[in-house]
Amino acid sequence: MKNLKRVHYFGAFLSFVLAVWAVAAGAQDVPDVGPHPPAPPKEMESHIGKLVGHSQNAKSDYRRYCAGCHGDLGDGNGENAVWLDPKPRDFTMATFKCRSTLTGTLPTDEDLFNTIGRGLTNSNMPIWNTFSNQQRADLVAYVKTFSPRWEKEKPGDPITIPAEPPVTIESISHGKYLFTKLECWKCHGPQGKGDGPSASTLTDSKDNPIRPYNFAAGTDDSRFKCGSTNHDIYKIFMTGVDGTPMPSFADTISPTDAWDLVHFLRTLQVKRHSPENEALKAAGGKIPPYVEKPSAAPAQSGNGAAGGN
Amino acid sequence: MRASKSCVAILIATLCPALMYGGTISGKITYTGTPVRQKPIDMSKEPSCAKQHATPVTTETVVTGANNALENVVVYISAGADDANAPAQAVTFTQKGCQYLPHVVVLQAGQELKVVNDDQTSHNIHPLAKQNREWNKSQPPGSPAIEAKFDQPEFISVKCNIHPWMHGWFAVLKTSHYSISSNGGGFTLPNLPPGKYTVTAWHEDYGTQTQDVTISGNETKTINFAFKAKAY
Repeated sequence: MKNLKRVHYFGAFLSFVLAVWAVAAGAQDVPDVGPHPPAPPKEMESHIGKLVGHSQNAKSDYRRYCAGCHGDLGDGNGENAVWLDPKPRDFTMATFKCRSTLTGTLPTDEDLFNTIGRGLTNSNMPIWNTFSNQQRADLVAYVKTFSPRWEKEKPGDPITIPAEPPVTIESISHGKYLFTKLECWKCHGPQGKGDGPSASTLTDSKDNPIRPYNFAAGTDDSRFKCGSTNHDIYKIFMTGVDGTPMPSFADTISPTDAWDLVHFLRTLQVKRHSPENEALKAAGGKIPPYVEKPSAAPAQSGNGAAGGN
Repeated sequence: MRASKSCVAILIATLCPALMYGGTISGKITYTGTPVRQKPIDMSKEPSCAKQHATPVTTETVVTGANNALENVVVYISAGADDANAPAQAVTFTQKGCQYLPHVVVLQAGQELKVVNDDQTSHNIHPLAKQNREWNKSQPPGSPAIEAKFDQPEFISVKCNIHPWMHGWFAVLKTSHYSISSNGGGFTLPNLPPGKYTVTAWHEDYGTQTQDVTISGNETKTINFAFKAKAY
């Protein structure tokens, strides 16, 4: 009797060992075929002044307000996207139009914060004044989860914008000279109406047709996408509008040249009241041809030979 | 006597590594079928470029040669060789006559690229990179070369927005073993140590093909690629 019990115990023990071994061995043999859910994106933070945003707090806001156009994956393929022109931004590429940083570099958190608040005129991106600052900061952090570039790269340094020189007819005249020399008119047209010889052929980086900015239409600034102050226009040519045909002129023009261009561009807005249009009116309504100052004198006026520094 | 000969051989071998790696993969790239005729480019909107061409140039999407040769195919070792450090020498990409010369420039990740504007008109350089950073810079005539580097291997389409007919490619590779098929469609990948390699051939329109090749010593192995021409 005792022997039989021992056999039973031994048998039970042996079965137990075999079972454990079989499960362990079996588990190793089962191939892991997937599909696997995508790894959750790394949670990101944003810093705008003293404000800190956290992406995990923006999930429901993004889903409620943004995903319809920008898509659940942030790739610009929300269900509304097929009806929209221009298309919603594809956050997975980490290419943004309105920045204070050089072409090809990431924008600062503040750039994105400002874009959400300002909206993008002449597009379906609204002015999001319904969000609190904290919500906006959280959404900026959420946008950063869509591209691995935010983990690997730092945003570019914001460009320094020197003080704006006074608006004078000389500045405007030099701006017009640069507009011709740098061939801006090839896309924007000689009167800035967006009707230059290359205008009809322009496509953005996703091969969608895109039009150059028309300075002459309308009576106000409302159609500037990246802000409508002179500083904002200055930034446009120094940072380029990434994702579009508008290149950066940062390597080609000096800060003074850029300001002169800004002053000239304001005169293309023929129906808008501006200090630049006042200066033009005071000069008789016609821009005098640019006279290059002799380069023997030190460049105190800044209106010396055109071209980059 | 014998001992000193082998000593000399070892000395030569260690001093001249290139002589050691004598394996070569070479061959020809051809197409089958009828490629689409390349269209002449109308440069009348840019007279300073139009006058540089006695007869209008054509698009360069498919460049062919005699005996069905296919040019501008980038052939490179995609597996079996270690990634190479970028050489110090820069590679040049020139805008002349409102065309990109060469149409496809091959360089290594981290190698410097110099973009030169030899024309009397402004161009903008807009590499439409997806793995690398996308940037867009204006380059007026007479301005210095634009210097750029790309960290990731990628075939980057390049365009000028001002002159919409201009198209080119930056082929950024990890390996230093590459060749581009030129006249006659031939390519050659020399200086290969013995090993098992995967050779990839890329054409901007006809896609990519691969073949595996094993090199055992100082031999030349010949492989050919045939791409099917597209109707449009």
